Amino acid sequence: MLAANFRIETATAASRTIALAGAGLVLVLVVLPLFVSRGLVQDMIFVFYMLALAQLWNLLAGHAGLVSVGQQAFVGLGGYLLFAFTVILGIDALAAIVLAGLVTGICAFPTALVVFRLRGAYFAIGTWVVAEVFRLLIAQWKQLGGGTGTSLPVSVTNEVAGIEWIKRVFDVRTAAARDMEIYWVALALAVGTVLAVYFILRSRRGLALAAIRDSELAAESVGVDSYRTKLWVFAVAAAATGMIGALIYLQKARISPDAAFTVIDWTAYVIFIVVIGGIGTIEGPIIGVIVFYLMQRYLADFGTWYLILLGGLAILVMLFAPRGICGYLSERYGISLFPTRRRLVSDKDSPGM
Amino acid sequence: MLLYGPHMLDAPGGRSDFRVMLEIRQLSKSFGSLRAVDNVDLVVERRAALGIVGPNGAGKSTLFNLITGDLRPDAGTVRLDHRDITAATPYERSRAGIARTYQVPQPFENLTVFENLLVGAVYAQGRREHEITDFCAEILERTHLMRRADSPAGSLTLLERKRLELARALATGPKLLLLDEIAGGLTEGECQELIETIRLIHAAGTTIVWIEHIVHALLAVVGRLIVLDFGRMIAQGEPQVVMRSAEVREIYMGIEA
Repeated sequence: MLAANFRIETATAASRTIALAGAGLVLVLVVLPLFVSRGLVQDMIFVFYMLALAQLWNLLAGHAGLVSVGQQAFVGLGGYLLFAFTVILGIDALAAIVLAGLVTGICAFPTALVVFRLRGAYFAIGTWVVAEVFRLLIAQWKQLGGGTGTSLPVSVTNEVAGIEWIKRVFDVRTAAARDMEIYWVALALAVGTVLAVYFILRSRRGLALAAIRDSELAAESVGVDSYRTKLWVFAVAAAATGMIGALIYLQKARISPDAAFTVIDWTAYVIFIVVIGGIGTIEGPIIGVIVFYLMQRYLADFGTWYLILLGGLAILVMLFAPRGICGYLSERYGISLFPTRRRLVSDKDSPGM
Repeated sequence: MLLYGPHMLDAPGGRSDFRVMLEIRQLSKSFGSLRAVDNVDLVVERRAALGIVGPNGAGKSTLFNLITGDLRPDAGTVRLDHRDITAATPYERSRAGIARTYQVPQPFENLTVFENLLVGAVYAQGRREHEITDFCAEILERTHLMRRADSPAGSLTLLERKRLELARALATGPKLLLLDEIAGGLTEGECQELIETIRLIHAAGTTIVWIEHIVHALLAVVGRLIVLDFGRMIAQGEPQVVMRSAEVREIYMGIEA
């Protein structure tokens, strides 16, 4: 028998301080739209939804080893479902976002049935093919504009629950109120996604996902049901991605199959963000999305050169800092903002703690 | 009442009884035209330690893969503790009490050593992390890995990886432990340490089946030995006797026991 009792610790003193700072930052972000221009509010909406998409892709690829290049299937589906629920069924847009997420999550199951038969690169290609199938099917939906797409009626965008309240309380016009509301929903989704991913990784499922990613064979040999675990995380990520897709197209108020199911915007940029920031970490996508936003803001005018620069930067990072900016920093300075590592602590080592 | 004990319930032909941990009947597996495991019958008694020797390609690891469910047999049955598990998946068999080490260590490289153990303790035993912490710590002590508990498994040396394979298997709380060439590649001193650890595990009541080329390590632990060649069991019995038999001498020509 051992003399000491042991327990598990994940948080560190530094991470507790940083958690407080993070909470403070979220509070600042909540009140931000009251003080800044509409242009910046719209930019921040973009940052929030790209951050959420990046976290979700990272959950699949970085933490569970499911490298999908077909997440646009769920963004597009979520967007189209928002249109269907609001335009055709007359449901309020906020409720429609939640419903779109649920239905998208359900659609993940038949998708998984196909793509889970494939591994590695084949899985990646399979997800892309499925996304193309979704695009072609949606383009047949005449009620929502078929191949050319459609716009949200002003009545839908201007009558989202809460807009009247925002107009009254903050004394702003409809367009500004709409931006503020979408901003807060996007912020809630982004923060919610970060926290959800963090708590998944801290839970027993997080252990199973990491084990499957590192060796599926060994994971099964120690009692992990890898198929069900992967199915679960794939469906959760799809549902959340669907909600974000719905939000994106509530903001854009115009949708077409080609835009909604584009691999460039909803997967390639997202992969760029994760790779630059650091795959397999929660901090990575946060750093990545800031870099991506700044590059897009200041360099997008260069057109093609901007894209070449993005690609070049991604290649450089992969070659010289394969774990991204965040991996580089944590190796150098040993800090982790979202500690998920379970450390074994003996009571003997640290009396009184 | 005793008449209707478990040993009476599922004993076709009366061969199975309550002391049996693992029972394999007419197990076969082919890869194309190669019969990797050919009609093997094997009974391992509870708390026994069985050694398996045989040349490379004799079907030893395939036999393990059939027991753990990594491979499906073409024919035959596998029973653990009198339950037919032939159709069960690997994770179900792990939960039923089978644990294994892989010949080529398969650590969860990005998890720490302690977290590697936690996966099995949580999933195979269906326990919560905090309930199982002391149990994992004890295994880490026993396998000399405590010092490395918080290191990523990817940073371990070969010896430490071998120990981690063993520790992770033990963390599942197995009834039956399958060791696949766990002493291979170790120095003599390291090998002695490992033998001591495995002896203790066996003494604590775990049934062990051990495939090993390093025969003296095997003989230090096992009470019975079987020899596989071309997928068939060609000899079995008292280890010293089996090693002296003509069949084994032929196979192991030049390999000193």
